[in-house]
Amino acid sequence: MRIRINPITCKAHGLCAEMLPEWIQLDEWGYPILDGQELPEQLEAHARRAAAACPTLAVLLTKD
Amino acid sequence: MTAPWKVRVLAGIDGDKPLSGDAHLAVHGALPAVARGRGADAALIREIEASGLLGRGGAGFPAGRKARTVGAGKRPAVVGNGAEGEPASGKDVLLMTRNPHLVLDGLAVTVRSVGGQQAHLVVHRGSPAVATMTAALRERRDVAVKIHEIPARYVSSEESAVVQWLNGGDAKPTLRPPGIFERGVDGRPTLVHNVETLAQLALIARHGADWFRSVGDVDEPGTMLLTITTPAGRRVAEVPTGTTVGAALEAEGHSFAAAGAVLIGGYFGTWMSRELAWHLPLTHYAMRAAGGGLGAGILIALPADGVCGLIEAARIATYLAGENAGQCGPCFNGLPALAAGLTALATRGKIEPAMSRWLSVIPRRGACAHPDGATRMIASALSTFAGEADRHAQHGPCAAVRARPMLPVPAPATDWR
Amino acid sequence: MTPLATSVFSSNPLWYTTRSTAVVGFVLLSIGAVLGVASTQRTLASHSWPRFATQALHRNVNVLGLLFIVIHIITTIADSYVNVGIASAVVPFTSSYKTLGVAWGTIAFDLLLVVAVTGFLRVRMQEPVWRWIHLTSYLAWTLGLVHFVSIGTDGAAAKWGFWLAIVATFAVASAAVLRVVTPNGPQGPVRSVTGRS
Repeated sequence: MRIRINPITCKAHGLCAEMLPEWIQLDEWGYPILDGQELPEQLEAHARRAAAACPTLAVLLTKD
Repeated sequence: MTAPWKVRVLAGIDGDKPLSGDAHLAVHGALPAVARGRGADAALIREIEASGLLGRGGAGFPAGRKARTVGAGKRPAVVGNGAEGEPASGKDVLLMTRNPHLVLDGLAVTVRSVGGQQAHLVVHRGSPAVATMTAALRERRDVAVKIHEIPARYVSSEESAVVQWLNGGDAKPTLRPPGIFERGVDGRPTLVHNVETLAQLALIARHGADWFRSVGDVDEPGTMLLTITTPAGRRVAEVPTGTTVGAALEAEGHSFAAAGAVLIGGYFGTWMSRELAWHLPLTHYAMRAAGGGLGAGILIALPADGVCGLIEAARIATYLAGENAGQCGPCFNGLPALAAGLTALATRGKIEPAMSRWLSVIPRRGACAHPDGATRMIASALSTFAGEADRHAQHGPCAAVRARPMLPVPAPATDWR
Repeated sequence: MTPLATSVFSSNPLWYTTRSTAVVGFVLLSIGAVLGVASTQRTLASHSWPRFATQALHRNVNVLGLLFIVIHIITTIADSYVNVGIASAVVPFTSSYKTLGVAWGTIAFDLLLVVAVTGFLRVRMQEPVWRWIHLTSYLAWTLGLVHFVSIGTDGAAAKWGFWLAIVATFAVASAAVLRVVTPNGPQGPVRSVTGRS
């Protein structure tokens, strides 16, 4: 599983980084920084929760 | 590189007037007649694939692969992109205003190749191409084209922005997937070609893939249009691909001895020292290998003296920052910050410590490549003009900062629709 | 409470259940509404209590509140003293007993159901669509309040029920105002609540 951000709908609420601090950091404007790497399996449940928690549904999960 | 060759897409163009339909036929001959079948034209697609033509809008995507993908879809749409968003490019408008029929030929060929019905042509609102293309279209029966005028903004010529505009929205890039080849104009698989690509296709349909490959680079064959800006002015030239940057500039009377840095690929491109740029062949792979990009065939050559590369780059950065679509946070926050940092360095010799971090975190975080291109231009300016930057930081800005800017930046447009 | 009411209904456990679940449900849904706004407030978040915790609490409290309302409806229908048919659970204006007063509660429940179902389907919805539907929860809460103070035994007649309605209204209205005046999205350079920067 990988996490992608929809940069157009992301409005820098930052909940994803609260949920997944070990994977998502915020830039100084509050927008998430991701490196596009494959997510470790133990974080997948957290990622799903982060996707559901995002106020604008901008956290996209891709299976590959 | 290639021995004897003749101009192709610019053939017959002379003076400011567009070629009439008859004059165009006299130069290029008629498009080969093809029985109008249903669906994609497999033989034509094979020919385009065999030609190895790469899209001339900047991304350099193989034209044949686009045709095959879109041609396999249901009721595809075709869009000719003549919205030349890059301020340092002039080739597309030149082509549309001097030989509009060649562009229409290309649209006819593309529509036929993918089995479409109608084609759209987008140009900038108020462009002189509107009149010439409309007039040429009136002389034609073989192709149905709808001409659209879209906002003359930098990111609005990006293909997903064009598609969104054609669908009734703002001319702003959209998120992929889905790509426009899957879901584009009216939800149909959509093929967007730059107008120079269309002109090249018009010639491939006439003369075949072997003819096309007879000049230019082996892997990226054919000729290409360049828009070359030197201290002497701006001109469009056609050269075989693989021609070196130096040869193209020397043909414009810009000698190595008098040359300063070169900006390759447009305002979105990469600054290089003349030493690095001069012997680079004009191909996508060579430019990528050198850390740059060919873009839409744009060369901007500064003189060795009298112009400050830093301030030119800062002005371009400010322009690009203002041209963000206001959609993606890293872009609409990051680019103004970077532009301000570069401007502070150029005009006041002040070093912004966050610059290097911004340069690494801003790219690849937008829906389109706008932040990537702007960041690359700024990063390459900082490395190419490192010596100047040092001098600015230690002794204050140079005298050229107050000189008249060499590179024009357009006034920002105001609407997206 | 009038002495008459006490003497007539005191022997019916269904009646007490109907009343108590209504009050508890109303209180929980009011707290749930306030928590919903709280989960959008950056300033209320901290390292030890991030916004998603408030968000989860918002959902769980509301689900619990809805459960109480469901029991309230079931016991109302089951109670043979008032003539409220099963249809009145979801179809407004079908109750012969206090048609209008019951209808407010029915409409409120319908809206709550829609909000609850879309809440669980949220990740598969278009975000703006979900948002508009979710906002109808304010309407649902208001109709619930009207239902409570118009025909609720405690809300309409008891002093403590009246004060409960006042306090709940003040809390939910303040939260709604807070939501309107706090913008979405970035509020200047952010304070890191992620423990990294």
